Amino acid sequence: MILELDDVRVTLGGSQILQGVSFTVARAGVTALLGRNGVGKTTTVKAVLGLVPRTGAIRFDGEGLHRLRTHEIVRRGIGYAPEDRGVFAKLTVTENLALAERRGAGHAYDLVYELFPELKTRGAQAAGTLSGGQQQMVAIARTLLNDNRLIVVDEPTKGLAPKVVTEVAEVLERAAERVPMLLVEQNLALVRRLAGDGVVLAAGQVVHRGPVRDLLADTELTQKLLGVGKAA
Amino acid sequence: MSTLILLALTGLGLGALYFLIASGLSLIFGLMDVLNFAHGALVTAGAYAAWRLTGHLPFVLAVAVAVAVGAALAAAIETVLIRPLYSRPKDQILVTVGLGLALPALVQGIWGADARQLKAPRQLTGTVGLLGANIPTDRFVLIAAALVVLAGLKLFLARTRYGLVVRAGVEDRAMVTALGVDVRRAFTLVFAIGGALAGLAGALGGLYFGSVSPNQGTSLLVFGFVVVVIGGLGRTDGVALAAAAVGLIQQFTNYYAASGLGDLAVVAILAVVLLARGNREGFERLVRRTA
Repeated sequence: MILELDDVRVTLGGSQILQGVSFTVARAGVTALLGRNGVGKTTTVKAVLGLVPRTGAIRFDGEGLHRLRTHEIVRRGIGYAPEDRGVFAKLTVTENLALAERRGAGHAYDLVYELFPELKTRGAQAAGTLSGGQQQMVAIARTLLNDNRLIVVDEPTKGLAPKVVTEVAEVLERAAERVPMLLVEQNLALVRRLAGDGVVLAAGQVVHRGPVRDLLADTELTQKLLGVGKAA
Repeated sequence: MSTLILLALTGLGLGALYFLIASGLSLIFGLMDVLNFAHGALVTAGAYAAWRLTGHLPFVLAVAVAVAVGAALAAAIETVLIRPLYSRPKDQILVTVGLGLALPALVQGIWGADARQLKAPRQLTGTVGLLGANIPTDRFVLIAAALVVLAGLKLFLARTRYGLVVRAGVEDRAMVTALGVDVRRAFTLVFAIGGALAGLAGALGGLYFGSVSPNQGTSLLVFGFVVVVIGGLGRTDGVALAAAAVGLIQQFTNYYAASGLGDLAVVAILAVVLLARGNREGFERLVRRTA
């Protein structure tokens, strides 16, 4: 397992958001983190990255992350594309990518520009003037630039047009061939296409773990856990 | 005509002084959300360093030491006192306010409350004839220093890795760390740059006013904050323009209206700018920070 969470708890503003979350992420393929709105998916991801105070154990490739600061966790080899994309609006596309460059090994600009040729042509453009889809491309590109051992992508298709969702899905599929991925996503068609394992959260706890295909094939279970009658 | 030119260059000289103070404040607040009330004490420290050394060292070297004193003090304050308090903004404000009071008091305890004359070299204390007006040379020195600092800051922000981190950190500090960047180093560097500019402002302020006094820095800090709010947080160009405008308004109002009304005019301009141009975001951030 590349990532293990054991009894992770997060309390924010007096509310207990995560109430003992435990699951693992496989060393290959995509693990989907699912659940209705507000169940703690984004908080779980932030807990992994040390962006929120948390208790419990989080191990990345066997190493405990608890005492590490966010930048140290990321430097262990985790790429992160957050829910709001985390693109620096006033910086150019090139600067957004340059900021993600980490010391050490080379940076995979060839791969990034092969996957996102538009980012090369729009290099001098302020990232804030890009479309939502293009900003998502910048966010994903930053995770692929370094030699990461896990990438964490939070709701990459949120608010995107269907055509752009297809483009993002293709890119994520190619990325997943290279590096394991923890994917938070509400679009079940995308989850079905990409993910092998699924973890479902409800009210800050894991309520289901198992192959995504089995979960989505069970309409009753999908309705109960995710609030949708039929997987798209 | 000669009066207008004299007033304009004196105003710009004062504006240059404000810029040296405000640019550091703006960078520090923009990146770190720290309202550094100790910034004025760093100006005083620079002023006294320059005062102590002029006569013993060439003036340029005395100014260089003032800059180094400001930078070293600022870096020490950031690493020892501010860093443990990043998650406690109110305590952070108390610490910087305390330092802002204690350091000038310490200076006063050692060298007394009276203003001390800064003996600048003759080349800098004379006047230069320009279009019929005799302009004190120190105005040109201040304006030149501010222009060099402005160009240097712009180069630093646009061309260096730390500059990139600072510009990104002003937008979203947490995301910068989530890209694997240790923002704390940028914090210390920005604090040290702010301190260096405060030290420079102290030394050149001594040249401008002809003397140094324990509370000189604190008095200038008020206008530094006004300039930051008008110019925009983390916006070097805006801060430079605002500093020039504040210096000019102060000088012209003091001369054409009544002496002392210049300060009031600056406050009025601040209110008008906040209401009209909608720099409310920055203002609200300041208010939230102090509330």
